[in-house]
Amino acid sequence: MSAASKLFLDEAKVARARASASNIADSLTGFVRARTTVAVERTLLRLLGVDGIEEQGIPLPNVVVDQVARAGRLDRGVMLPFCSAMAALGLEPQQVAEAAARGELDLGTWEIHNEAEARALGERIGADAVARVGRTATERRERMARLGPPNETMLYVIVATGNIFEDAVQGKAAAVQGADVIAVIRSTGQSLLDFVPYGETTEGFGGTYATQANFRVMRTALDEVGERINRYVLLTNYCSGLCMPEIAAMGALERLDMMLNDALYGILFRDINPERTLIDQYFSRMINAHAGVIINTGEDNYLTTDDAIEATHTVLASQLINEQLAFRSGLAPWQLGLGHAFEMDPAARDGFLMELAQAQLVREVFPDHKLKYMPPTRYMTGNVFKGYVQDAMFNLVTAWTKQGIQLLGMHTEAMHTPHMHDRHMAIESARYILNNAASIGDEVEFRRDGLVVRRAHETVEQTIGLLEEVESMGLFEALAAGRFADVKRRRDGGRGRAGVVVRAADYFNPIEAGLRAALQLDANEASHGNHR
Amino acid sequence: MAIIGRTGATPPDLTRVRPYGDTLDDGAVQLSFTLPVPFGDEAREAARLMAIGMGLTEPSIYHAADLGEGYSFFIVYARTAVTVDFTKVVVPKVEGRRMTKTEIDTFIAEQVGRKLVLLGACTGTDAHTVGIDAIMNLKGISGEKGLESYHEIEAHNLGSQVSNEALIEAAYRYNADALLVSQIVTQKDIHKTNLTELIELLEAEGLRDKLVVVAGGPRIGHELALELGYDAGFGPGTLAPDVAGFVAQQVVARGLATRGLLRGGKAV
Repeated sequence: MSAASKLFLDEAKVARARASASNIADSLTGFVRARTTVAVERTLLRLLGVDGIEEQGIPLPNVVVDQVARAGRLDRGVMLPFCSAMAALGLEPQQVAEAAARGELDLGTWEIHNEAEARALGERIGADAVARVGRTATERRERMARLGPPNETMLYVIVATGNIFEDAVQGKAAAVQGADVIAVIRSTGQSLLDFVPYGETTEGFGGTYATQANFRVMRTALDEVGERINRYVLLTNYCSGLCMPEIAAMGALERLDMMLNDALYGILFRDINPERTLIDQYFSRMINAHAGVIINTGEDNYLTTDDAIEATHTVLASQLINEQLAFRSGLAPWQLGLGHAFEMDPAARDGFLMELAQAQLVREVFPDHKLKYMPPTRYMTGNVFKGYVQDAMFNLVTAWTKQGIQLLGMHTEAMHTPHMHDRHMAIESARYILNNAASIGDEVEFRRDGLVVRRAHETVEQTIGLLEEVESMGLFEALAAGRFADVKRRRDGGRGRAGVVVRAADYFNPIEAGLRAALQLDANEASHGNHR
Repeated sequence: MAIIGRTGATPPDLTRVRPYGDTLDDGAVQLSFTLPVPFGDEAREAARLMAIGMGLTEPSIYHAADLGEGYSFFIVYARTAVTVDFTKVVVPKVEGRRMTKTEIDTFIAEQVGRKLVLLGACTGTDAHTVGIDAIMNLKGISGEKGLESYHEIEAHNLGSQVSNEALIEAAYRYNADALLVSQIVTQKDIHKTNLTELIELLEAEGLRDKLVVVAGGPRIGHELALELGYDAGFGPGTLAPDVAGFVAQQVVARGLATRGLLRGGKAV
């Protein structure tokens, strides 16, 4: 790194920060692997093909897992009684779930007389489920090879009408205009639901519900437009909140390409219980890893509650932790869209240079990663004309530092969800600047004793300090002490803790075992310190 | 008489004010919009007719772009003949004197004699705390510290996605003097529904008169807040002293300084 480092970074210091993050991640592994959650167990059922809702609208995976959880038997995993019933009754997964929903079958009291048979069946259908997830990655690769890949800096825009059919039209139009990635913003509040809504939806607030049917509507639309414009268009949603792993499964089944997938974000900004969501994340990231999904993390948000000039190092520290947590779930560097943002006060003198220092620093610390760069939001006002310039400054930093995923700023940020032409104007500006300043980063060097280099070095020092502090106090304690985003979250607080279950010694989860094998996690576990 | 409006050239007729581009009363306006029709000459003509339909004259379609999927975008300049009588414009304003942080602390210490308890929350499903954080958190915004930094204020920021019921529970628990409700998401007027519900619940509990209740957010104006039953509304650009000063003055003016919130006749 040092030879090529435009910031004259000390490789040993970056390695020290990374080693610290690696230790933090390792300290969680034992805790996480000893537990499961209601969401993880529902995910297994979804991967086996269980779908639909009962009369009152409760999703069938919830019906089944609730039966087992109520009986206090979830510690062995839902798949044991579920596969036992399948084998004994000669039913398909969906049929067992429907029988449970009709009240004809209670998986909580179901007696497992055929455990060996149940486990054998579970292994078999679990292997099929893992293979199904893997086929998504294959299909995406084939389509990308045929249609042509997205741009090197992927232009990412959001749609958020609340109506999936409107979203589909807007997503297609954005793709025609040049967008590479379309994200459907979720209806506000969905992250706190402990079930996934069902079916195609046309009503939402600030966004559209993430449902499997909605995923399919968008996927079909973007595949259709991709054929016309000869470019694979990526689809994104939110694999976060209380149903994090279930949404990973739905995404794997419907070929989503990118997922917001960050427990730390949920803990800090949605007050999800830290234990619950870190366990959920561990499994959801395995699914995303095997499905070839790029995950996005939410460190950019730290700078919406904390000051971007003072708290830059918290972003880098959290990215390093998130990287290590992701590696432990089998994700590769190219699958890591680590989040950061252009959120400094536009009134700050030389703020642009500090933004540049930060973006270049993140680029160099994570050379093979995608990096998700977020536009200004905090200091956007109703002044759309100034806002358009703020977004242009942000685009220039992207051109300079070659970010992988450019979440396009909207000049109407802070006003409303983007209008049709807001996206058009944002794409037009980004394409103009990314092309017009394409080689600026290769042509212009930084002064060794200049502001940009000094700022980056200071950030590295502060990052090492924070990581070593977190390492010594523990991640849960650091979150409780408000070390990130200036928000304090206790490990026993927040939503969803009741859904955490300690695994029994004979806990049965052949899908997880299959994913671990496919991702070679057990072989890699010893060598994480060497990852970069 | 004080000069209102522009100075240094022909003064405008304040009873007949019109937009100003580069000449008095030229009525120049700029607008942009998208039509859900395929790009082309017909779309351009439709945009021109749209401007005329709005009552504008001399519309010029300066820019048109194909947005794809049968949508077309236009940037239009035109003139309007509409006038406004500026002498008759009336805008309700948040009452009271604007005070600094120090003045507010002194005012509370002298006039109330105890700390004021203020609760802030983003209610309903709204998860955007940027506004309430700017007002309440120690750090504040734009160099103006938040309510947590006030010596005579006990500020509790309850964060995002707080139900109206939970906010009322907290009001009892903390024996609050004022509720500060932030609403950022306004799609399908969800903010009005949330804000109205809180007032109804407060009235049902008999609490409305015992509390100062204010709303804030980028799309919240004082007038809207009054309409929905709030004591004040704070829009974009509001800083902590605007809110704190208003609340403190209201508490004193309404004689709320010496009371506790009672539930079922018992202090809680």
